[in-house]
Amino acid sequence: MRNVSKIFSNGTLALNDMSLSVERGEFLSLLGPSGCGKSTALRIIAGLGAPSSGTIDWPASRLNAKGLPQGDIGFVFQDPTLMPWSTVFGNVYLPLKLQGMGRTSATPRVMEMLDAVGLADFASAYPRELSGGMKMRVSIARALVTKPKLLLMDEPFAALDEITRQKLNDDVLRIWRHSGVTVIFVTHSVFESAYLSSRIVVMKARPGQVHTDIRLASPEEREANYRTSEAYRAMTDTVSRALQDAIHAGGSNVRRS
Amino acid sequence: MRGAAMSDAHKPARAGEEGTDAAVAVTAPRVSTTERVLRVAVPLVMIVLAVLAWDLVVTVNQIPRYILPSPADVAGSLYNDWGTLFPALLVTLRITFTALILALIGGVAVAILLVQSKWIELALFPYAVILQVTPIIAIAPLLLIYTDTQTTLLTCAFLVAFFPILSNMVTGLKSVDHNLLNLFDLYGASRLQTLLHLKIPAAMPYFMSGLRIGGGLALIASVVAEFAAGAAGQGAGLAFRLLESQYRLNMPRLFAALVLLTATGVAIFGLTSLIAWLALHRWHESAVRREN
Repeated sequence: MRNVSKIFSNGTLALNDMSLSVERGEFLSLLGPSGCGKSTALRIIAGLGAPSSGTIDWPASRLNAKGLPQGDIGFVFQDPTLMPWSTVFGNVYLPLKLQGMGRTSATPRVMEMLDAVGLADFASAYPRELSGGMKMRVSIARALVTKPKLLLMDEPFAALDEITRQKLNDDVLRIWRHSGVTVIFVTHSVFESAYLSSRIVVMKARPGQVHTDIRLASPEEREANYRTSEAYRAMTDTVSRALQDAIHAGGSNVRRS
Repeated sequence: MRGAAMSDAHKPARAGEEGTDAAVAVTAPRVSTTERVLRVAVPLVMIVLAVLAWDLVVTVNQIPRYILPSPADVAGSLYNDWGTLFPALLVTLRITFTALILALIGGVAVAILLVQSKWIELALFPYAVILQVTPIIAIAPLLLIYTDTQTTLLTCAFLVAFFPILSNMVTGLKSVDHNLLNLFDLYGASRLQTLLHLKIPAAMPYFMSGLRIGGGLALIASVVAEFAAGAAGQGAGLAFRLLESQYRLNMPRLFAALVLLTATGVAIFGLTSLIAWLALHRWHESAVRREN
């Protein structure tokens, strides 16, 4: 992602000259105050809406007609975004169906993903029969069923309660470790980003830009009770301060303009 | 608890063992038998009561049968005049259902066409408005000049049933969750795939209300158009038999024709509601029992 700017049709400059290079296998969190363009950046990476200027470079891979790596991106929205008329199985099968894979040949992969998120028993349930956390798991299973190289998550757990959120954080970490997928995770929670990430990019608002780039010790090396550890507390401290800085930087910019 | 979850995470975990969300599907208790019986019995009793009251009013006031026939007279006429009424019923049914089916095909097809591009929508918009606001029955006399009675009736019933189906379908096709559209874009879905797997299923609840409204209107229109067109003779429908009975002061037969029309309306309502329920009861709020 190089020098990307995005101007919305109402003239708002959402992103200004934002450059970011993501490495394979990273768990990168985009952290920032609301309105700093983190979701916009994520959508541009996903190819939902083109940048006003700048380019996104992909490592050599199969590109489709829109210049996106076909089938290599999974996206989890803030809402579960499930099709209510379709069963859990049908929702997870969707990306494969759109790629033209038959139901019979897709079944093992769909069931494997449902198993990974703990919903194998609910394959024939409809989304309205599930709790918020379970719907989110279906959404994650759907994003992963194509075995993408890059998983984009747009504040996926913002609407969930604390307990469900911690549970899903653990699940996402586990899936990341096992699959080696690259994750870009948009959040406005310092604690969530510090818990999950191998790298945190703090963004500042108006216009959206990278403010600080923090690399963390790899979560693979974290011990079981990391959430209550001193290292975790220190990390949230660092990240909080960086975020405060970013908020002030963004604020002064507004006053000048 | 958290520690346990973390250490689990290092095994190739089967997440089912460790969930705040772990749940078991339990079959819900069925509705009790008494409630089931009452559900059918209550409306039936209400109808029987109304018929009894009608009979009582006629007997007590000694109303002559050419003003208000008793329920027994109407039943008798229904039996004795079956030879005249039944062919008329068939004609009305044929017009109603042909019109409804054509309206369904046409309404859905035009709706799909309209949502393809805003230019198509803009181009067809004036026609849609003009046809919708014109009382269609008023063009029946005009149509009679160009075609025969049957085609006129069919055209009127079709046009009347067409618009609720069209406008509901257009609304339905347009009210798709934007994030689901984004998702389909992300996976490079073609226009046809998006239409078949996303837009049409999302429009189903809207289509179903269009179907229910259209079904009722098709029957009303086929009757009213017959009044307006003044159909008569062999190929005439129930509306003509109604008028004819009125001219001849044959009130029992008029009532019998009316009963047949009502029964047809109820049957159409039941059929369309059943179709809607079958299509939606698994997922849509409108067809799901509320549980708290």
